[in-house]
Amino acid sequence: MATQSEAPVKPAIPLRLKILKLLTTAWSWLFLLFIMAFFEAWSWSVYERTFFGNLYNVQSVLLTATQILMMALGLTFIIISAGIDLSIGFIAGLAAVTMAVVIRALPDLHPALSFSLGITAGIGIALIPGMINGWLIARLKVPSFIGTLGMFGVTRGFAFLIAGGATVSIRNSVARDFGNGKLFDVIPIPVAVAAVITLVFHYLLAHTRFGLYTYAMGGNIQSAIRAGVNTTRITFSIFMLSAFTAGMAGIFYTGRFSAGAADAGEPILLNAVAAVFIGGASLTGGSGTIAGTVIGSLIIAIIQFGLVFIGMPPFWQFITVGLVIIIAVLIDQSRDRLSRSTMGAS
Amino acid sequence: MRQIDRTAPLLSVENVSKRFGGTQASSLLSLDLYPGEVLALAGDNGAGKSTLIKMISGVHQPDSGEIRYKGETISHRSPHQVRDLGIETIYQDLALADNLDVGINIFLGRERMKRVFGIPVLDRKYMREESVNALKHLGIELNDLAMPVRYLSGGQRQAIAISRAVYWKAKVLIMDEPTAALGVPEQREVKDLIKRLQGEGVAIIFISHNLNDIFEVSDRIFVLERGRKAGERLIGDTTEDEVVAMMMGRVLDD
Repeated sequence: MATQSEAPVKPAIPLRLKILKLLTTAWSWLFLLFIMAFFEAWSWSVYERTFFGNLYNVQSVLLTATQILMMALGLTFIIISAGIDLSIGFIAGLAAVTMAVVIRALPDLHPALSFSLGITAGIGIALIPGMINGWLIARLKVPSFIGTLGMFGVTRGFAFLIAGGATVSIRNSVARDFGNGKLFDVIPIPVAVAAVITLVFHYLLAHTRFGLYTYAMGGNIQSAIRAGVNTTRITFSIFMLSAFTAGMAGIFYTGRFSAGAADAGEPILLNAVAAVFIGGASLTGGSGTIAGTVIGSLIIAIIQFGLVFIGMPPFWQFITVGLVIIIAVLIDQSRDRLSRSTMGAS
Repeated sequence: MRQIDRTAPLLSVENVSKRFGGTQASSLLSLDLYPGEVLALAGDNGAGKSTLIKMISGVHQPDSGEIRYKGETISHRSPHQVRDLGIETIYQDLALADNLDVGINIFLGRERMKRVFGIPVLDRKYMREESVNALKHLGIELNDLAMPVRYLSGGQRQAIAISRAVYWKAKVLIMDEPTAALGVPEQREVKDLIKRLQGEGVAIIFISHNLNDIFEVSDRIFVLERGRKAGERLIGDTTEDEVVAMMMGRVLDD
């Protein structure tokens, strides 16, 4: 505690530490630029053409990133509050097959109407496991890892039951245009929709009491309770948000492939978790941003699409993404140490 | 000894009892607290100090008896309501959100909003500026206000917890072992802070195990022993030996 009488003596921070601190804070941006440069350079040296200068490539990367991002948006809130949601993969699948089944059951309706009803049903059903998650974790104080692991199994079973164990294909021009159309012939519609939802989530997290309380709970739940935060309500709401974004991911899937699959979101779950951590969230809660999650989703999407583009066996993407997650965690830890040493605090 | 106006108590506890299962945590406790007074609560572990302050702050409801603030009963209010009346408790673990900055910590639960294009957003700038003023008021200056408070020292964190109470116009400040987790120079600063608050008419109840601290800052000492009142003395009228004897249950007055 520096008092007014004694001028605070600021210890000089060594340049080396300053650079390290900057690197650990901005590493995900730098890493994004690095892999973009890497694939661009590879593309020129092997195929003698541009990678990111090609509109199709950019659109494909953004569509892949959108799939990851949609599931990761809600998850960002949950991880900041020091929880986890393992059920989002099959919540996405549940929404995807429900939407497909509803559209299939209404062949005589106008495609726009059956599409709207399909979306409503898909999102509506996705919110049910979200509510149960919220109730288990917020009210009954079940640890989120266990509660959502249970709901992972339950939603998985229901998704396959509703789908009848198979992929449910649909013929609906509006759904197809929604999943594959482009705004101004350039921006894929799912990307545009996801961008709007992302902005709303950024607003919620960074600029509202709700977002602030999410951080406060992740930092120290006792202090949040003592400050009068209704932690039960916040916990319930973030699991509903998470179910909503997972449901949206399922809707995008059904639109994009004109089919709903129960396991539509299953392979994306771990990528979504990875995206949140790469974006700067910490497993112990209390940190993370929507912008970080967007960067994390882009990094994984570029790795996925880029490795296929340069002709590597697709299994390399698992290895690469796995390594990136480990790097992210190591950097998160060193960032904390650096902050302490540069503050000069005990 | 400073002169304290003892005509009207700010806070009075009257014949309060509390039982947890087979343990009588408080039995028929009564005490008065006057504006600008520092009252030390002393007693061995398990003597009922924490139970007493938790009943005042609304965490526990007394089984019998009454707690009054400015003449009005507060025995059955929630911690939130009690805090809004101006009775603020600073817990041992400080109850700061470690990952958030000073401004947010002072305003947590009572955030200031502004409107940007009609949309309500948190006014972080206002909260940060106000927190600078609140800390300055207590004679504290921090280098980096954007830092999460976990990177600050124990004394700085204690100061933030106290400034939060003062900023929200606390009239009664309850402090649970405010110096326990601190180094010697920081203990010094917290004790200076207590005296400064006292000068502004804030009444302070503080729990401490440290008799030196008690004799240094408090006006009156209230000793508990196994849930009962073992004794109450003006600090000028007693000695460390007598206080220790009361804590051991040897001298029981009233």
